[in-house]
Amino acid sequence: MNKVLINRRKDLIFSVAGLIATFVGLVMLVIFIGDILIDGLGRISWDFITGLPSRNPDKAGIFTAMAGSVWVLFLTTLISFPIGVAAGIYLEEYGKKGRISKILEINISNLAGVPSIIYGLLGLEIFARLFNLGPSLLTGSMTLALLILPIIIVATRESIKAVPSSIKDASYALGASKWQTMWHQVLPASMGGILTGVILALSRAVGEAAPLIVVGALAYVPFAPKSPMDDFSVLPIQIFNWISRPQQGFIINAAAAIIVLLVLTFLMNGIAIYLRNHWQKKIKW
Amino acid sequence: MHTKKNENIIEFLLFMSAFITVLTTIGIILVLSIEAFKFFKEVSIFEFLTSKEWTPLFTKKNFGILPLLSGTILTSLIAILVALPLGLTIAVYLSEYTSKKFRDYIKPSLEVLAAVPTVVYGFFALTVVTPFLQKLIPGMSGFNSLSAGIVMGIMIIPIISSMSEDALRAVPYSLREASYGLGSTRLQTAFRVTVPAASSGIVVSVILGISRAVGETMIVAIAAGQQPRFTFNPLVPVETLTAYIVQVSLGDVPHNSLEYRTIFAAGITLFVFTFILNNISYYIKTKYREKYE
Repeated sequence: MNKVLINRRKDLIFSVAGLIATFVGLVMLVIFIGDILIDGLGRISWDFITGLPSRNPDKAGIFTAMAGSVWVLFLTTLISFPIGVAAGIYLEEYGKKGRISKILEINISNLAGVPSIIYGLLGLEIFARLFNLGPSLLTGSMTLALLILPIIIVATRESIKAVPSSIKDASYALGASKWQTMWHQVLPASMGGILTGVILALSRAVGEAAPLIVVGALAYVPFAPKSPMDDFSVLPIQIFNWISRPQQGFIINAAAAIIVLLVLTFLMNGIAIYLRNHWQKKIKW
Repeated sequence: MHTKKNENIIEFLLFMSAFITVLTTIGIILVLSIEAFKFFKEVSIFEFLTSKEWTPLFTKKNFGILPLLSGTILTSLIAILVALPLGLTIAVYLSEYTSKKFRDYIKPSLEVLAAVPTVVYGFFALTVVTPFLQKLIPGMSGFNSLSAGIVMGIMIIPIISSMSEDALRAVPYSLREASYGLGSTRLQTAFRVTVPAASSGIVVSVILGISRAVGETMIVAIAAGQQPRFTFNPLVPVETLTAYIVQVSLGDVPHNSLEYRTIFAAGITLFVFTFILNNISYYIKTKYREKYE
């Protein structure tokens, strides 16, 4: 066999290997979601969603953990959205040149790589102990807000960058100030991309367990939290707690709670993808 | 009425928002160093770095970080051994062999793997992968670094494949055409022209993958066990730096005790590790950015 043929055959083999590799991950994902559905789908019921924690796996529900996750999502959005977008605007439009923005930029790219559990240690010492907020919802939400801030900032910068300078020039030419141009032109035009980034960041926050365990979120909370100062648990912590127990009943509960968590995560991702496509089609320069 | 003064106030507020990220970094470094400093007043750095026993919660206390470090390195190594070949093959395949349409469907689907919460991966490792591997390898422990590492590898496939693919696609088409013109196949072109040309981007993606594996917590806390031991045997329970921090956080260790400070000693070790990895990748990204044209 001559060299050309051998090389062509190698090329063909690689194209098959590539196809297989591409589907290995996806097949694993399917096996794994299938397995969880088989384990947990039968356990999902109205009683499971609205049930309080219990020592008896057949009676235990996820209500307090769900309520905690919704609270955390709400507070984290409230804190991280304005700060992240403001920081993104500053970096992209105001402090473009100079040493300080260079430092800010390197710093943000570094923060994005810090493991989430380290943020937990920060939240524990600063929010829970120094600010004396204890293991409250507020502590947890502020910790997660800091964790997702880099993602929101990067998304904001990317979407602002995509707004053509002609739009800004036209606004300035009409006598608008810099902030008026930002508020009335640049932000509305880039809101699709920003929202996509924010929702993706929040979908990451809702799946986080480690930093919240470190700040002291509890595995067992008898009642749903009523104020930001209350103790709390979240779905991922509830799942972790159930996985660590020996009884088979709790493993089934964990699978059922995972289904709820995955629905929540995929829903948020779906909305983000929808927003991205929707806005991309609508805005054409 | 908009005045110059208002504009300045707004700019200041925007700057302060951006500055919060700097405060975050300063906060992390201060918190870790202060608590670690208190820790090292009671424990010698020499013991910390050389002892092969980590038993701070026992009556006979030993404070050697090596067992936690070996657990972290072992699980991350297994993860990379899974993710690197798969991720790179996927990247080359998607960028050199497939149509844009196929890519547009496959890339977002692969990224779903990165969107799944890690506690869910932990469940998968413990209840599916470990029982499966136990059938193949009799005597394997119920908690082990092998299944935790494999599942972690699956999780980081999209980090490596997506970023490497972006790097490969950034290589100008003219380079490929020149190679094709000389009679090369797609495979030869990929591994002799495009992959070398995109090497810095690929290396960055791998480093970020490693950094993600080193800092990953829930998968290893669930599936790798909570027994610090200095070993590179993938079949026995180990404990990583991150899993140890979780273990202590779940217990009721009194604040300001030496046991409490151990999580900051473990934390600063983890932070230094990932900080170095992230900076290497940032350095490569800015220094070796290929420019054609």
